[in-house]
Amino acid sequence: MAVVAVVVFMLLRLTTGDPAAIIAGDNATSQDVAAIREKLGLDRPLAEQFVIWLGRLARGDFGESFFFKKQVSELIAERVEPTLALATSTIVLTVLLAVPLGVLAAWRRGTWLDRLVMGFSVLGFSVPVFVIGYLLIYLFAIELAWVPVQGYQRLRDGLGGFLVRLILPSITLAVVFVALIARITRASVLEVLNADYVRTARAKGLAELPVMLRHVLRNAAVPIVTVIGVGIAVLIGGVVVTESVYSIPGLGRLTVDAVLARDYPTVQAVILLFSVVYVLINLLVDLSYTFLDPRIRY
Amino acid sequence: MSLQRCLVALAVVASLVTGPVVWAPPATAETTLRVVMHSDLKIVDPIWTTAYIVRNHGYLIYDTLFSMDAKGEIKPQMVDKSEVSKDQLMLWHDGKPVTAEDCVASIKRWAAKDSMGQKMMGFVKDIQVVNPKTFKITLNEPTGLVLGALGKPSSNVPFMMPKRVADTDPNTQISDFTGSGPFVFKKDEWKPGDKAVYAKFDKYKPRAEAPSGLAGGKVVKVDRVEWKWIPDHQTAINALLAGEVDMLESPPHDLYPVLKADANVRLLNGNPLGNQYTFRFNALAKPFDNAKVRQAVFYAFNQEDFLKAVIGDPAYYKTCKGFFPCGSPLSSTKGMDGLLESNFEKSKALLKEAGYDGTPIVLMHSTDLAVLTNLAPVAKSLLEKGGFKVDMVSMDWQTLVARRAKKDPPAQGGWHAFLTSWVAADILNPVMMGFMNASCDKAMFGWPCDKEIESLRDQFAREANPAKQKAIAEAVQVRETQYPTHIPLGQWYGAFALRKNVDGVLEAPVTIFWNVTKK
Repeated sequence: MAVVAVVVFMLLRLTTGDPAAIIAGDNATSQDVAAIREKLGLDRPLAEQFVIWLGRLARGDFGESFFFKKQVSELIAERVEPTLALATSTIVLTVLLAVPLGVLAAWRRGTWLDRLVMGFSVLGFSVPVFVIGYLLIYLFAIELAWVPVQGYQRLRDGLGGFLVRLILPSITLAVVFVALIARITRASVLEVLNADYVRTARAKGLAELPVMLRHVLRNAAVPIVTVIGVGIAVLIGGVVVTESVYSIPGLGRLTVDAVLARDYPTVQAVILLFSVVYVLINLLVDLSYTFLDPRIRY
Repeated sequence: MSLQRCLVALAVVASLVTGPVVWAPPATAETTLRVVMHSDLKIVDPIWTTAYIVRNHGYLIYDTLFSMDAKGEIKPQMVDKSEVSKDQLMLWHDGKPVTAEDCVASIKRWAAKDSMGQKMMGFVKDIQVVNPKTFKITLNEPTGLVLGALGKPSSNVPFMMPKRVADTDPNTQISDFTGSGPFVFKKDEWKPGDKAVYAKFDKYKPRAEAPSGLAGGKVVKVDRVEWKWIPDHQTAINALLAGEVDMLESPPHDLYPVLKADANVRLLNGNPLGNQYTFRFNALAKPFDNAKVRQAVFYAFNQEDFLKAVIGDPAYYKTCKGFFPCGSPLSSTKGMDGLLESNFEKSKALLKEAGYDGTPIVLMHSTDLAVLTNLAPVAKSLLEKGGFKVDMVSMDWQTLVARRAKKDPPAQGGWHAFLTSWVAADILNPVMMGFMNASCDKAMFGWPCDKEIESLRDQFAREANPAKQKAIAEAVQVRETQYPTHIPLGQWYGAFALRKNVDGVLEAPVTIFWNVTKK
């Protein structure tokens, strides 16, 4: 985390761009810009700025956004819910679709079903997310008017509106993750399907479903869970295209807006947050290995 | 206007009144106008920044002492010569009356930041509070600048704030958003990156006159205005087509055909003066430190090529050979004969005369704003045909904004030139036009330095007679062709996209929401 903190702080200061000039606006004079720079403390030496930031960080204070006149922690808190909701619904949808599809493809390897699933997988990887988004919007929001074009409704404002507004963004995002996880699932299951213990289970007369669930899927789970874990981390930090296409005010958009505006306190805080999330998710994934495969010990 | 008349007029005019209440039909049911603006509202202090989105926010929640009407004339807004009636006091959103003390504090804070305000204060001996409803501005010498400055339509607009707010250091953002304008800012509903909400201020007393431009009666006919931030243009248009929003402030020109094809949507040019493209020199950097080299650019360029490349549809642009926007009072073509006609031979001859040594011109090219992106490639092509060598450097707008503030040599991170766009309301006269400021180090980035231009701008500021003001503005323009600080590249217009159930949008240099109805 310390490395992340130093790298983020230095990268932001060393890239071109001046938040004071952005804040001041196009009609501002050099004096206005200088006054704002001084007010934000950007005229101080880098080392001093870093120490001040670290000191605040140690007290759990991410500071105030240069632009929003709000505490960064408050800004992040506002944006966490949409991102978490989108990530959760996408992952649930992905797991519900991708794992069965991957298992089916492996189980019926070489058949039309396998080729269909893998064909979808290639398509899911190849078509850009925003194209899928626009196509879904055109069909389901404009032509059929079944769901809204854009926006996010908070859960406390009604479950119906909350769910309806998540349908298209979740499907859009899930397409690529279903493609990825179905492929990984297929490969993992194929590997296990050829294992001796599966042959033994079948030879003992076990039905195909228990063989797949108890012996195949459980032993193929480690790589699948790893990819799902990475997927969750990616979803929390990197869904800016989907958030933009559907106008969802989540963390991805906050990050991009903050980077474009050179809002240093906000960028630093969200990057630190993302790194914490990555570390935690990786830790959970690593711990889950011991439950999925008792042979793994730490 | 004599000094004495000027003082008397100001003292009287500065009597705060509310204006008689006119017809204010109750908004039917709960009407919410949902608008996608050109940008997200991040900053909420219209004095702290000059950003247009914050200026538009200011017009919703604050009022001004004077305002510009549709003819470009300055009209009283919060002030009048009329008697003050007790039952018609102007109120702040917190219910307290607007006082002269509030206005004086607001003027002082604005004048500390705004270049026109600073110029005005150069003529002001004193601003005194006479009584709670009157203040007096005493001038050192006669000037026609005061009303023009206080009625300035664009950034920074002298919005009136309560004294407790206006006393904030001008370089510190305010955190109390109490205004006296026709709408109240709903701070609790403001979600940066998502939406900003404004509710009708029920106790607002509109003036009796019909609305005209930014002046006249600000009658609110909807209960709420919601600025919804949708960063993706295509999504914003889809939302409008689906009826999820009622209005787009600035859809991109290339998507107009999609909007025109929908029977429920119409396009409306709400700002007849439009905008002006501009090529800005860095007068410190060789070879542009030589006025003759800058004149060569005037000969190399033509406006049509720029406007075609960016806007495309002639219905939304027009060439305008003058520094002041065509259609505005000071518009003139004086001194512009033979310029902006892509006379490359003349350009090359001037370069030879000036001893141009082939130093590449570092031209900053902004790549992320659709209305600017195609300008620099056109400039590069015309400059090269005119005998220049050009090094076009592409970057995002915010990087450009930071780089243009640097005085370093172009080869070491500085710059020679870039292109931008001005809202016409910002460049209506030589004092207002920031790029005409030629006061060397105190000038805007580019730092032109010319005593003659400055002297003419001072004369303009002192002059109150409109005919004489026009003559001075023409003299400034002629001097600008000899000592170019920038080059005007023509006017362009945008259009609001509105659902057909939205009506009453007023023509003004700023997007305003009073008078707008939604059925």
